[in-house]
Amino acid sequence: MLTCALSIFAIVALIAMELAMQSQLSWHKSGLPFFYKFNIDPDTKLPLFWDPVNGSFYALPFLYGTLVTSLIALVIAVPLAIGLAIFLTEMCPRVLRGPLSFFTELLAAIPSVVYGLWAVFVLVPLLREHVNPAFMAIFNNPTMVKLFGWTHLVGDDGLFGGVNLGLGLMAAGVILSIMILPIIASLTREVMSAVPNSQREAALALGATRWEMIRIAVLRNARIGIVGSIILGLGRALGETMAVAMVIGNSAEIHRSLLSTGHSMASVIANEFSEATSDMHRSALIEIGLALFLVTILVNACARLLVWAVTRGAPAQVH
Amino acid sequence: MKPGKQLSKARSAYRSATDHIATGLAILATILVVAPLVTIFFYLIYKGASSLNLAFFTQIPKPEGEEGGGMANSIIGSGVLLGIASVLGIPIGIGGGIYLAEFGRGTRLANAIRFTADVLNGVPSIVMGIAAYSLVVVPMHHFSAFAGGVALGIMMIPTVTRTTEEMLLMVPHSIREAALGLGVPNWRSVLEITLKTASPGVITGCMLAFARVAGETAPLIFTALGNQFWSVNLNREIAALPLQIYIYALSPYDDQHRLAWAGALVLIALIVLAVSLVRYVASRGILKGAS
Amino acid sequence: MGVGIEVTNLNAWYGTNHTLQDINLPIPANHATALIGPSGCGKSTFVRCLNRMHETNPIAKVTGSVKIGEMDIYADGSPVEIRRRVGMVFQRPNPFPTMSIYDNVCSGLKLNGFRNRRVLDEIVERSLRDAALWDEVKDDLKKKSGASLSGGQQQRMCIARALAVDPEVLLMDEPASALDPVSTSKIEDLIFQLKTQYTIVIVTHNMQQAARVAEKTGFFLNGRMVEFDSTHKIFTNPSDKRTEDYITGRFG
Repeated sequence: MLTCALSIFAIVALIAMELAMQSQLSWHKSGLPFFYKFNIDPDTKLPLFWDPVNGSFYALPFLYGTLVTSLIALVIAVPLAIGLAIFLTEMCPRVLRGPLSFFTELLAAIPSVVYGLWAVFVLVPLLREHVNPAFMAIFNNPTMVKLFGWTHLVGDDGLFGGVNLGLGLMAAGVILSIMILPIIASLTREVMSAVPNSQREAALALGATRWEMIRIAVLRNARIGIVGSIILGLGRALGETMAVAMVIGNSAEIHRSLLSTGHSMASVIANEFSEATSDMHRSALIEIGLALFLVTILVNACARLLVWAVTRGAPAQVH
Repeated sequence: MKPGKQLSKARSAYRSATDHIATGLAILATILVVAPLVTIFFYLIYKGASSLNLAFFTQIPKPEGEEGGGMANSIIGSGVLLGIASVLGIPIGIGGGIYLAEFGRGTRLANAIRFTADVLNGVPSIVMGIAAYSLVVVPMHHFSAFAGGVALGIMMIPTVTRTTEEMLLMVPHSIREAALGLGVPNWRSVLEITLKTASPGVITGCMLAFARVAGETAPLIFTALGNQFWSVNLNREIAALPLQIYIYALSPYDDQHRLAWAGALVLIALIVLAVSLVRYVASRGILKGAS
Repeated sequence: MGVGIEVTNLNAWYGTNHTLQDINLPIPANHATALIGPSGCGKSTFVRCLNRMHETNPIAKVTGSVKIGEMDIYADGSPVEIRRRVGMVFQRPNPFPTMSIYDNVCSGLKLNGFRNRRVLDEIVERSLRDAALWDEVKDDLKKKSGASLSGGQQQRMCIARALAVDPEVLLMDEPASALDPVSTSKIEDLIFQLKTQYTIVIVTHNMQQAARVAEKTGFFLNGRMVEFDSTHKIFTNPSDKRTEDYITGRFG
């Protein structure tokens, strides 16, 4: 039994070792600048990061894509998830609680590729035809450009500039937010439920309204755990592969616009690995995988520690 | 200076207003979350159901552009992969879970293992795929079903460990004490009595891990690779359901899209079954020894 | 100054369980009134009806009238308002663990819009003095968290927190039952001081405690109020046999 349990450590070590070994080739060639350097394309005079043709590989676009899509996902998912959790724990009629929490658990378990399928055929057209044009109308409006053009967030080189394909960073961010919502919501619910009722009564007995009670007795007490669940959601967003690969548009470039296509660290590996043109190409992809591995381990470890601190080591729900 | 006996009207109105706004926002958030998710769920079921037919389960895909065909080979292929994964993942996972729940409970080692298992569960599956690629595909010099099975198996271990542990922990202490009181040495009593009591939970926990891993695509992309034809050869590439869904989703042919929806429905059905069973077992107190 | 409480035909339910039946009770202002009775007799439920805390439970129901001063708390006024005027101290101290002692005590004040630093400082000091805690914590007000104090100190801080919003009535639900004898006697001394300013209703399991601190005592049994009279009379010459049986320890 003990050996079985110790296999967990063995797995981690094994993965780390294999990844490190296979990325040696790329690491030897580029070292740490792998993550931030770039060449200049002689034809277009624009930065060139990922060049399988000439065997030159720099990973900055994928870090950018991962960060931007994860950020979009968090911005959308966190307020909604916390609002949902507050509703479920403090305001929801008993009858609804069971079905809603069951439904949340179901959604957290649906495979990435199924979400991706839905995203390709429903979300992307929705974004392309209705949502993005609405944002573009607001952001690229001539008055907005005149007033805020200096921030480079509006207009044609702003957040919603350029071509609207539907695919791109925005689509990936939105599908990610849908995918991480159930996790953040159910964990937040768990830490909020762990706050003892005596705290709620203390606030109410002082003459607090329900919202004030939630604010000072529940949210305040659970805040560390809530931060933990948000970080856990971030961890999932960082590593999501298939759904992102299906809608992010697959390009190794950096653009300010959220409508632009790109790649995340996970999606570029999924997309290019089986057709990698050279050992160096493959090694570079594996190096990205190693970075992803380390980052997600770090993020997940922090998150688990925070959640554990609040629920005091009670075995967390397996997600 | 004492606070006035009457709350100032303005302050009172403000507090009441914030209370109502907060309630409104929480309800709004709930609707904004539940409505789209419900629609997604039922849309998937609808599209999948309208695409399913008998051929789906019995035929292999027709050449591109031709109508009809099914994903039978993907289903079989997934079955093979999951079989390998289960052989690797379930015994080790259950063993680990037994250790965590029965022998190591409270020890720092057990805590470290549990923590690591949870963290591992959060590692992207594509990383597992790369590890399996490096471990199996590279030495063998070709892709294979075996490699895919190993990747999935590695993924199952931390999940099964944790669900087994949780199910075992639900068995009330009184049952263990009864066994010890009968003079049975510890490891024997654990295996025979506790495990037996918890077995519905452990089994459904394995089912849950199985269902989750059944939907994983990323690790298979460069291990099992996928296959257009019937194949159960462990030594060669093999088709898998989620992999095919991925490929078909991105293809230009409507008929292949149809197959993708049907395949998605099969996966969802599996997930719903597994999650429902786990909840049922955990809530009915079956584990408490009640029959 | 405290106000009197007039309870008329109070009935309370938990779901289908008829926990309180036809309670009629005049609680005098600026006195301490003790409520005694065996476990489960409804005295805690009764007290929670006085500040509308009973109804926070979704299956709870209340009928009847409770007039605090001039106001019928179930007919006029919102629960929020009532609970500011009627403070409550619970059986187990429940300080807010993420707040300092200072923030704990003025938490109720901040809800009511008090922002002025000087005013808050004054009220916090006054409340902690009234709760006989000031000398022990005056140097650590903002440094220590509310939960880092000992059990007895925590309870006195909760009393200070309740007093800070200047209630007219103070409800105490077995406030010393979770505490050691030294803390208990400190709290009893406190009640002596407090009843000159507030109307106090104290639920207690401990008959000696009731005898020590309260002028009036009510005996509850199975959801009914059996007898309500001066403490002296209840404990030396009760009118009802059931009261006598309880006092002499025949049950409960």
